[in-house]
Amino acid sequence: MDWVTIISTTVKAAVGVETVLYALAAIGINVHFGYTGLLNFGQAAFMAVAGYGLAVTVTVLGLPFWIGIGVGLLAAVLLAVVLGIPTLRLRADYLAIVTIAAAEIIRLIFRSVAFKDVFGGSDGQRGFSEGFYALNPFPEGDYGFGWFTFNNRVTWVLFVGWLLIALSCLIVYLLMKSPWGRVLKAIREDEDAVRALGKNVFSYKMQSLILGGVIGALGGFIYGLAFASVQPDIFGTETTFFAYTIVILGGAARVLGPVVGSMIFWVLLVLVNGILSGAVEAGYLPFMAPTQVGPVRFLLVGIGLILLLVYRPQGIFGDKREIAIDAR
Amino acid sequence: MHADSTNTVTATTERKAAAVAAFKDLARDPGVPKPDPILVVDKVVRRFGGLTAVEVEHVEIQRGSITALIGPNGAGKTTFFNQLTGFDTADSGEWTFNGRPMNGVPAHKVARAGMVRTFQLTKALSRLTVMENMRLGAQRQKGESFFRALLPNLWRGQEDEITERAEDLLTRFKLAAKRDDFAGALSGGQRKLLEMARALMVQPELVMLDEPMAGVNPALTQSLLGHVKDLREQGMTVLFVEHDMDMVRDISDWVIVMAQGAVIAEGPPDTIMSDPRVIDAYLGAHHDAPLSETELQEQLHEAEAELEAEIEEETQK
Repeated sequence: MDWVTIISTTVKAAVGVETVLYALAAIGINVHFGYTGLLNFGQAAFMAVAGYGLAVTVTVLGLPFWIGIGVGLLAAVLLAVVLGIPTLRLRADYLAIVTIAAAEIIRLIFRSVAFKDVFGGSDGQRGFSEGFYALNPFPEGDYGFGWFTFNNRVTWVLFVGWLLIALSCLIVYLLMKSPWGRVLKAIREDEDAVRALGKNVFSYKMQSLILGGVIGALGGFIYGLAFASVQPDIFGTETTFFAYTIVILGGAARVLGPVVGSMIFWVLLVLVNGILSGAVEAGYLPFMAPTQVGPVRFLLVGIGLILLLVYRPQGIFGDKREIAIDAR
Repeated sequence: MHADSTNTVTATTERKAAAVAAFKDLARDPGVPKPDPILVVDKVVRRFGGLTAVEVEHVEIQRGSITALIGPNGAGKTTFFNQLTGFDTADSGEWTFNGRPMNGVPAHKVARAGMVRTFQLTKALSRLTVMENMRLGAQRQKGESFFRALLPNLWRGQEDEITERAEDLLTRFKLAAKRDDFAGALSGGQRKLLEMARALMVQPELVMLDEPMAGVNPALTQSLLGHVKDLREQGMTVLFVEHDMDMVRDISDWVIVMAQGAVIAEGPPDTIMSDPRVIDAYLGAHHDAPLSETELQEQLHEAEAELEAEIEEETQK
């Protein structure tokens, strides 16, 4: 087994593109679920409309990169409003059902044959990221130190990505320390009590849905730009559930929870993947075919997460006292 | 401490006297007009399918008094509360608070107008600290707007004022020691206290308490009673739903009785329970009537026997 390669790819995964985009998606989920108690199971849709908004604006309409970003953000805000108006007045579980359905509808529209000219069907769209790489200040070459070495394109994506994460975390930190965040947390506990104290609960839930959706949309941009393409099936329900896993792993309603959660999640996945593939190649696991490595690594990581929830239900950063209150 | 309590006692009698005087010559009929009503309700109806939960013709709540709303289980008291505070929409009817029409107004605007309620099942915000619970009650907070929230300098001054006010209230409600605990860690009675204190952060004119004593341990009852009386001393109006008649008699100035969705009687607390309409509502109109034919015969025999005995006594004299 090539331990050097396994370790180096694992270490790289801690700051890699997947970690960045899932961290952004999870920061959005944390605003929805961790702070406001909104069960948004359609985070993938926010990422999808942003990615496709950018891709279609640039490739199909031939407009500049920045307008594409604007369209993507606007699409995320619109999606939040459209999902929120009918469901935010209802009980929490309705939002969960509607968002998961809406996310699937959006994914199926993007991959439909009828709209192949616009969205590119199941192949998706490509060739829209040049405007982004044209802005790349890093000249050709490799950057970084030791195992953290990336080429100039990846470096640029990661630079922007981690900048967006830092910015999102700062905004979430400032908001959740403020009276605005206090109203959100109170809504999570009991929205009728908040209403009885003269706060417009619907308006706050809508603001939360938009904020978290827009942060998730940033993850969609990062995906599209890093891989220079968008495909519909990337934005399936498992993307949303990975984001939820990351939030719970890091500790819900903690500013840095989703970021650290995402790092751990991807480090684990890549590490298990590396070890399993290496072991299969070397013939240590004669009962496993190389194609089974992918599913099995999710299985093992899943078991790990179950153990974590059993022995540390508050996540990495969570407060044990809060969980104790829930159990009462 | 001792001087303090005597002071409150004299003040209590003054306010109490004023409240009682306002009710002195009122008729005992449902919907009787009050001299200075803060809340006037007309023809409020709420139906759930075929069931008419609330059908209140007319009722007025006197300003500066403590009014109790009583009635047997299922009388529609809580539903009526929900209508008035915008937590449920009435099928028809209208009501004014301080002369302002309030029907169709959403719950948060009702609270902003100065009409604040508490709940039968306490709604402490468990994973917020006691202090955060209190701060949430304050109105017109600058930091509650999204963009201003990002700039702490814009709201920090106001936050300090709010904190100071919250600390005063917590001291009054003897929760100051718990200020940094999660509200979910408080006992049932302390949660009731917190909910009441939090409602006061809104600075309401009318406080509506839905069963303030439900689930409170007897040791805390006296202190809660004191706090309710205190609200009147500070010029607030109190309307509360309660089952415990001892408490109703102790603190209320006026009692409104509901049964089967309608207001059936009103009156001062010391006589209301002897009103035949109220007895009928609680015990049924035929509560002392015989249940069956044989029982009727027995009663007749008893009465006859008594009469005969009396006659015999008379004749023996």
